[in-house]
Amino acid sequence: MLGTTQLSDDFRDPVLAERLLTTLQQRLVPGRTYRLMEFCGGHTHALCQSGLLDRLPAAVQMIHGPGCPVCVLPIGRLQQAIDLAVSGQVILCSYGDMLRVPGRGRQSLLLARSTGADVRVVYGTAEALQVAREHPQRQVVFLAVGFETTTPMSAAAVQQAHREGLTNFSILCNHVLTPAALQGLLATEEDQVRVDGFVGPGHVSTIIGSDAFAAIARAFQKPICIAGFEPLDLLAAILHLVEQLNAGQGEVMNDFVRAVTPEGNRRAQALIDEVMELRESFEWRGLGQIPWSARRLRPKYADFDAELRFSLSTPTVADHRACRCPEVLRGACRPTDCTLFGTACTPDTPLGSCMVSPEGACAAYYLHGRSRLPVLRHG
Amino acid sequence: MGKHRLRPLDLRHGVVELPHGSGGRATAQLIDELFMRHFRSEALAARHDAATLPQTAGRLAVSTDCFVVSPLFFPGGCIGDLAVHGSLNDVAMAGAQPLALTAGFILEEGFPLEQLDRIAAAMADACARSGVPLVSGDTKVVERGKADGVFISTTCLGRIPDGVELSPSRARPSDVILVSGPIGDHGIAILSQRPGLAFDCDVKSDSAALHTLVATMLAVTPELHVLRDPTRGGVAAALNEIADQAGVGMLLEESALPIRGAVRAACELLGLDPLHLACEGRLLAICPQSVASAVLQAMQAHPQGQEARQIGVVLSAQGPQCFVELRTPFGGRRIIDWPAGEQLPRIC
Repeated sequence: MLGTTQLSDDFRDPVLAERLLTTLQQRLVPGRTYRLMEFCGGHTHALCQSGLLDRLPAAVQMIHGPGCPVCVLPIGRLQQAIDLAVSGQVILCSYGDMLRVPGRGRQSLLLARSTGADVRVVYGTAEALQVAREHPQRQVVFLAVGFETTTPMSAAAVQQAHREGLTNFSILCNHVLTPAALQGLLATEEDQVRVDGFVGPGHVSTIIGSDAFAAIARAFQKPICIAGFEPLDLLAAILHLVEQLNAGQGEVMNDFVRAVTPEGNRRAQALIDEVMELRESFEWRGLGQIPWSARRLRPKYADFDAELRFSLSTPTVADHRACRCPEVLRGACRPTDCTLFGTACTPDTPLGSCMVSPEGACAAYYLHGRSRLPVLRHG
Repeated sequence: MGKHRLRPLDLRHGVVELPHGSGGRATAQLIDELFMRHFRSEALAARHDAATLPQTAGRLAVSTDCFVVSPLFFPGGCIGDLAVHGSLNDVAMAGAQPLALTAGFILEEGFPLEQLDRIAAAMADACARSGVPLVSGDTKVVERGKADGVFISTTCLGRIPDGVELSPSRARPSDVILVSGPIGDHGIAILSQRPGLAFDCDVKSDSAALHTLVATMLAVTPELHVLRDPTRGGVAAALNEIADQAGVGMLLEESALPIRGAVRAACELLGLDPLHLACEGRLLAICPQSVASAVLQAMQAHPQGQEARQIGVVLSAQGPQCFVELRTPFGGRRIIDWPAGEQLPRIC
């Protein structure tokens, strides 16, 4: 336990941070604006939590990207889980942050639970498997969401269930791919907002490796600096992005060498590949359909696919009419540009997905910075 | 038809049964052989329907609290001492010296008597240490599945010394904010025991009675403005409540917050904010700048306040909204908000 804080404290040194900020200031080309997107919600959270957003030079604009797994899941996919839970056929296990996400109307897994559905919060897939073992007479479904970071755990759970012959366990597989999303974002970007470079995801890269972003950086000529989640990690990555942009470079740089290797975690990749295959196309909230951007279970593990087991279709549910989450997720507008922000839509009454998880751009803005937003109208 | 015709309670292997709550002989037996073994007060011994208390001068403070913590036993305490400290501290936060306590128990059919006995012992011990007698109580039993082991409700009555005027609405710009010790210990102690999440950590609950600390502080100066124990919702909720009620803003210094390394580490791993974690033996004090250092010294000289610190200041509100903000070590600010939604299992 102690080791955890010692490790992180080294990357939270205010004196070093001040030096990095000074260097960053010196590197800026006068008159130039640097529009940088932190792809990952964890980075958004860290920037707000540390207060670094206040300290960055005005010429460095951070755009909060779509890397919050709760935020990019289309409502229809969530509704599928809610409907399944409400049907009473299953015990639905979910990570805690999915519970308050609004589905159709004001429905949510939390509301479903208060009205009798058996919905359980788990911290990991091992817990969901344990629920299945303890309730052999019930069907137990794990709502599997997330990027490459959480995918290996879902794959491991399915493999374990297969090994144990657990016939009452299955998953709703909604795992998505980061490089595909980045590609999708850049491909639709022309008429949207210009992003000069990316702070690349840290945890995802521990699994897929920094090389996984090389092709995108090359194709779109955008620098990508993979960063850890401490203040010094982020400052170093921002500094390196500015330096690359000044030099006209567009390369992948690994600023998270204590956790990320070029090739990533081969064992986790093999595990994913054994259990899952790519979907031809998958809908992302805010980004629309992106080809080859999500995973489903391979035919060998089809018995553990809740979509097949319960013959589920994916309902289409439109976003709230005034909700601008899709644009926020693309970096096309700021959370504060949305009329619902801070009025009808707050972390206590989220209408859009970006307000639900503290990693969502809107929640991060609301939770950490609304005192500096005098334009807010509060209902 | 005397009580002696019932076999004695089996405090090692026995369980709570529905007749224990029926008001008949079994109820009397549970009270005599379990509760009365631990609680010895004149008022209880008198066996009236109501306890009578000696006449007292001055204003009274009274507070009721319910306890549904899970698990019932955790590092550093159990639901029993928590239930005593909870109401007692609420009364102490009004500046009152606690006089007497009452307790109600909702027991679930099948609950082991051995555990109930330990809980009653912990309550009696907490009462004895605090010098506050339990003067009245009640027990009900509900069918299996209608409760979770045992729920306890306590009420504490206290007397407010003359000249003491504590109220959340009295926080004023330029007041300073003090905390009596490390925050979040209780929340992490409970979480570390949660089934499915259990992790090794040496953090114990901070559950403790705070009235002697309060008396020590008031002896320095009656000019304290606000006292609050940051229980559910933690320091964040407590300060937001005060800010709202007083119509002020607040600014905390992150580097000044006393948080144990193990608590910080657990929060990092679980994605929690230590400011949202419950404390059950800490208090926040808001007082004028002029008396702050004297109050702080007195706190640090008391066993419950050795690690007391100044953590922030009260500011004027910015417009209609009352924000509690925190300055990070990097010179940025962020809002400390109320905790949203469900974050923890039952903690108190």
